[in-house]
Amino acid sequence: MIHRECGILKTSYEADMALYPLPIARWTVGVIAALMFLALPLAVGEYYLSLVNLISIAVVGAIGLNILTGVAGQISVGHGAFMSVGAYTAANLAVRLHAPFWVALPLGGLVAAAVGAVIGIPSLRIKGLYLAIATLAGQFIIEWTINHVTWISGGVQASIEVPRPRLFGVAIASQRAMYFFLLVVVVVAIVAALNLMRGRVGRAFVAIRDQDIAAEIIGIDIFRYKLLAFAISSFYAGVTGVLYTYYLGVANYEQFQIGTSIDYLAMIIIGGLGSVLGAIFGAVFVTLMPIVLRYATETVGHLMFAPSDVANVTTNLRLIFFGGLIILFLVVEPEGLERLWRNVRNYFRVWPFAY
Amino acid sequence: MLDWQFGALLLSNGVLIGLMYSLIALGFVLVYKATDAFNFAQGEFVMFSGLLVAVGLGRYGAPLWLAVGAALLLMAAFGFGLERVVLRPMIGRPVIGVIMATIGLAAVLRGFGPLVWGAATKALPLPIPDAPIVLGPLLIPPIQVVGAATSLVFLAAFGWFFLRSRAGIAMRAVADSQQVAMAMGIDVERYFAIAWAMTGVVSALGGVVWGNLLGVDVQLSLVGLKVFPVVILGGMDSVPGAVVGGLIVGVVENVAAGYLDPYVGGGTKDFAPYLLMIAALMIRPYGIFGKEIIERV
Repeated sequence: MIHRECGILKTSYEADMALYPLPIARWTVGVIAALMFLALPLAVGEYYLSLVNLISIAVVGAIGLNILTGVAGQISVGHGAFMSVGAYTAANLAVRLHAPFWVALPLGGLVAAAVGAVIGIPSLRIKGLYLAIATLAGQFIIEWTINHVTWISGGVQASIEVPRPRLFGVAIASQRAMYFFLLVVVVVAIVAALNLMRGRVGRAFVAIRDQDIAAEIIGIDIFRYKLLAFAISSFYAGVTGVLYTYYLGVANYEQFQIGTSIDYLAMIIIGGLGSVLGAIFGAVFVTLMPIVLRYATETVGHLMFAPSDVANVTTNLRLIFFGGLIILFLVVEPEGLERLWRNVRNYFRVWPFAY
Repeated sequence: MLDWQFGALLLSNGVLIGLMYSLIALGFVLVYKATDAFNFAQGEFVMFSGLLVAVGLGRYGAPLWLAVGAALLLMAAFGFGLERVVLRPMIGRPVIGVIMATIGLAAVLRGFGPLVWGAATKALPLPIPDAPIVLGPLLIPPIQVVGAATSLVFLAAFGWFFLRSRAGIAMRAVADSQQVAMAMGIDVERYFAIAWAMTGVVSALGGVVWGNLLGVDVQLSLVGLKVFPVVILGGMDSVPGAVVGGLIVGVVENVAAGYLDPYVGGGTKDFAPYLLMIAALMIRPYGIFGKEIIERV
């Protein structure tokens, strides 16, 4: 492990931009893959796998939002709504046309991408706060539309039940089956995002993020790339929505309200803006935090509070921790968990020597 | 009821509610004007200060003047401390930093109030009669008149403050360019803190008025969501813009709700202002009275 960078001299940009920057990275990826595909599903029970599944779904959405906000610098407070677009598209396709899962998944993503691109149109004229508010408006308008147009939402409760997904004639019913399926989706999402970021499109996004007028001057078609960023990001969001729907067995807009949009923003802030690893860290952190907190308050809480108060304490503590952590990270470590991870890695890079 | 009477009722209601929105929007404009930061937690400020007053009245049995005075002081101190701890490190960072910091703050305030004082809705009684004032066809709840009047007084006061007073002019200078203001010997950080403290005070007043109207619980912070259409329509750095934006939003949402709700099944009130706002963002993103920002490389 030590001195793994020894003797590796990069002589071309291709080598510097490669997916595997060091030969050892192949081994690391191999080990992680073995852990995720073999060790983890064998070692842990259904409940923990269901948590991992929730994380996997969140990872997809967080990567998508990070492409838009972290890489392309366009803020979206409407990602929850984009997810709901994907969710209802898939649910309607599944129920009305009996579309199989592998059709509903990409179509949900595509419809969300189209809607996201439309919501992203204001980004051509406005940015920063104004864009945040415009996407917030998008969130409310989509929410309202889904809630009020029964043709989309399927009636009073605004929820549509979907059948269990089937792949190759096998129903994905258990958490374990779901786990393998989601893992494949996550891997595809990660690899696609990594390749997007290091390619032409990703560099255009970064140029727009850093200074969009300058980017336009050096010949980047801002119109195209901003909308592309919204479309790609919303595609991820739509897929996330579809996955949630199949995971829960029901599409319901209450899953995708403004709070969800903020959760995902928190993921990329806490995890680290602009990196896939940051999105993963953030998704793990934000998904697990309330569960750990609930476990903690339910174990310790009855010592301090009346049993009837514990639920109240849990929900409100969650909010305080959630908001407090966002602020803490912004003030203390604006580059997020990903930066902390890099610090640790850099420390061990030359360890045990000083430098 | 006759058609025009119904319309007039909606209109008058819209105007009064709109002015009450302006009061909340004023807090937002104040901070944006002076510090270039925007407060996504404006609604939570209102909710929290309403909660402070309601708890002071209900739990500790304080007289009204004491409860309101204490809430004003606490909110001013809170704004002051907030600037010092959370917002100062955000200076010079990308926009998303401030947005997320205030969103995080909103979550903390939402959790903190109910955690300490319970989640139940609390009443915030004011010595104002409940019976509506009847003016021909119009039925006007007195609290709305009080709210609108408070709002107008404060809007006028802040208009004067920014145009004439030394501190107000200094704040405008800070907003225009922090560097130049510093070079002219203005204590930039001091005015940042003052602006946040003033926002705390304005929000506390909004909290009293709105808390009386709606009752105090976490839902009260949803009023803050109306601030965005108001400030976008009026212009984020304009005090008159807050008035005009508030009036437009108040009237549009009431009229739209009155005439359209029966056809679309409700919810127009929350939806119409945002639709209007999208249109405004497309046509005139800096608002009716806002300052157009010219960007350079």
